[in-house]
Amino acid sequence: MIGVEHYLTVSAALFVVGIFGLFLNRKNIIILLMSLELILLAVNINFVAFSSFSGDLVGQIFTLFVLTVAAAEAAIGLAILVCFFRNRGTIDVEDVNVMKG
Amino acid sequence: MTAHAFIFYVFAVTTLAGGLMTVVSRNPVHSVLWLILSFLSSAGLFVLLGAEFVAMLLVIVYVGAVAVLFLFVVMMLDVDFAELKAEMARYMPLALLIGLVILMQLAIAFGVWEVDAGATGRIAAPITAVDNTRAIGLLLYDRYFLLFQLAGMILLTAMIGAIVLTLRHRQDVKRQDALSQMFRDPAKTLSLVDAKSGQGIAAPIEGARQ
Repeated sequence: MIGVEHYLTVSAALFVVGIFGLFLNRKNIIILLMSLELILLAVNINFVAFSSFSGDLVGQIFTLFVLTVAAAEAAIGLAILVCFFRNRGTIDVEDVNVMKG
Repeated sequence: MTAHAFIFYVFAVTTLAGGLMTVVSRNPVHSVLWLILSFLSSAGLFVLLGAEFVAMLLVIVYVGAVAVLFLFVVMMLDVDFAELKAEMARYMPLALLIGLVILMQLAIAFGVWEVDAGATGRIAAPITAVDNTRAIGLLLYDRYFLLFQLAGMILLTAMIGAIVLTLRHRQDVKRQDALSQMFRDPAKTLSLVDAKSGQGIAAPIEGARQ
């Protein structure tokens, strides 16, 4: 029988895959954003699994808000990326030291 | 193995394989397509969990909007991805190490995890026999209405931000100027001339549009 542990395992593995992607693609900011989406998806799987197995609907409500924030983050991130590419002609994030911050 | 378990394993393996291929794929277009596969199969997992509304939202919002946005940006930007991917092997040991460490931490936390005995008494919104979409609507538009409005504000901010960041007026292209079209005065640009029969009009009329 499939219990909440199975879903948590999938979620944990997906989270680790996302972290792995963050460190593997240090230069390619598009894949970095996709890894972030994977991490948020893992969090969502966790929320929905607990919501379903403990019989509480609030987890699914919170998933909606995580989804909203993830969509906003992807839109802003890609807009910054397009803007950066227009100015610099590359998306190598190791070059992002123009402001010397 | 029951059908439920079989479907769970199929979706779980597909989700993880899609996620893994997303981060190791050499071609970013393939990455986006693997990401879409991962989202679709996790929507299947959500359906198995009885959260149909969130599953459909995942398909519509992620696959329909976010993934297509990624695809659009990947194809629009003329980036030399081979150069970016060349150093992937350099980061591989560090990435594997950190992934392994986090996986082990999660496993340790998982080993001692147990549900609190009083957890069932603290359920905020019990799942009733009402179907999933209606139950979420009843809860979202009632108790969590402020959060719902704030989510809308976040989306509005993101929309304005994305437009402000990417909008630019190029000077080297011709554009339609709606105001100058609307305020054109016919008297200045149009003139009626009597063309005599057999002679026609010899010279271009002063002020008329060519």
